[in-house]
Amino acid sequence: MSDFIGDWHALLVLLLAGFLPNEVWRMLGLWLGGGVDEESEILVWVRAVATAILAGVIAQILVVPPGALASIPPPLRYGAVAVGLVVFVAFRRSIFLGVACGELVMVTGKYILG
Amino acid sequence: MRSITTTILTLVLFATYIGIGALAHDTHFSLFWALASTLFVWAGPAQIILLVALGSGATVIQAALAVTVSAIRLFPMVVSVLPMLRMPETKKRQLILPSHFIAVTLWVECFRLMPLVPRERRIAFVNGLGLGLVLSSLTATFIGYHLAANLPPLFGAAILLLTPLAFLLSTARNCKQLADVVALVLGLALFPVVSLFNTGVDILISGVSAGTIAYGLHRWRRR
Repeated sequence: MSDFIGDWHALLVLLLAGFLPNEVWRMLGLWLGGGVDEESEILVWVRAVATAILAGVIAQILVVPPGALASIPPPLRYGAVAVGLVVFVAFRRSIFLGVACGELVMVTGKYILG
Repeated sequence: MRSITTTILTLVLFATYIGIGALAHDTHFSLFWALASTLFVWAGPAQIILLVALGSGATVIQAALAVTVSAIRLFPMVVSVLPMLRMPETKKRQLILPSHFIAVTLWVECFRLMPLVPRERRIAFVNGLGLGLVLSSLTATFIGYHLAANLPPLFGAAILLLTPLAFLLSTARNCKQLADVVALVLGLALFPVVSLFNTGVDILISGVSAGTIAYGLHRWRRR
């Protein structure tokens, strides 16, 4: 059972560095976003910032890749995502086809490069 | 329920959480820790960043800072989704659970599906969809944790590539106005530039500036 739960220190870290940093923003959004109207101009800005921050997170995973992704050479990482995006645009915005082709490019490329 | 099973994003989410389960195993966290992180953190990139930071020996404060910055995006997401859920008589505490469920997948799905749902049923709809997604992600975390030792590295890399690919394409599909497209493209382009300065809050700086420029363009065009 103690193997399953692990040590309490790690769970405290999860609370402090995992749960709280995320939940704070969600609850702040709930608190401060209370009076905002669905059609308001400020929401256009808020959505643009959310989209751009998400774009930053995407870029970060590609530029400074975590774990096993770091073993893939940078041109292959960027190339795979670029192919995925082109396929997505070309085939009626199919997320499935875009993701599948991007993955295929990366796996095939890595296999060939060894 | 059909809205869950028919979406590719659910599959991507499932695979991503297999990856997170495996990552948690490899960085020597307990299964309970991994499951609790999926349930309570409920944000894929934040969990990956947390695991990578702690696994590479960063201090709790450094890890917390990195996660906090990546999580700022949740704030505008919640702000933009809640007006779709709210009715004049809705109480704030009814919105706490839907707010917790908000992460990229649910945010994207809200904009896609919410117009089809009558307003008085939307809170129940989001809670149901959120719970379904969390439960399937917990299952995936469990599977990934147990598979970890048997996963080839290339498979691990493929799973980690899913997050940027799927996030990029699903966000691109959700772009309705020019401001959204500009924000996405500029956000991608600005991060590598800003990260050269290594401020620790690179994503915040590139995100707020790209988003604001995109909004400025939107205002300028409407005049």
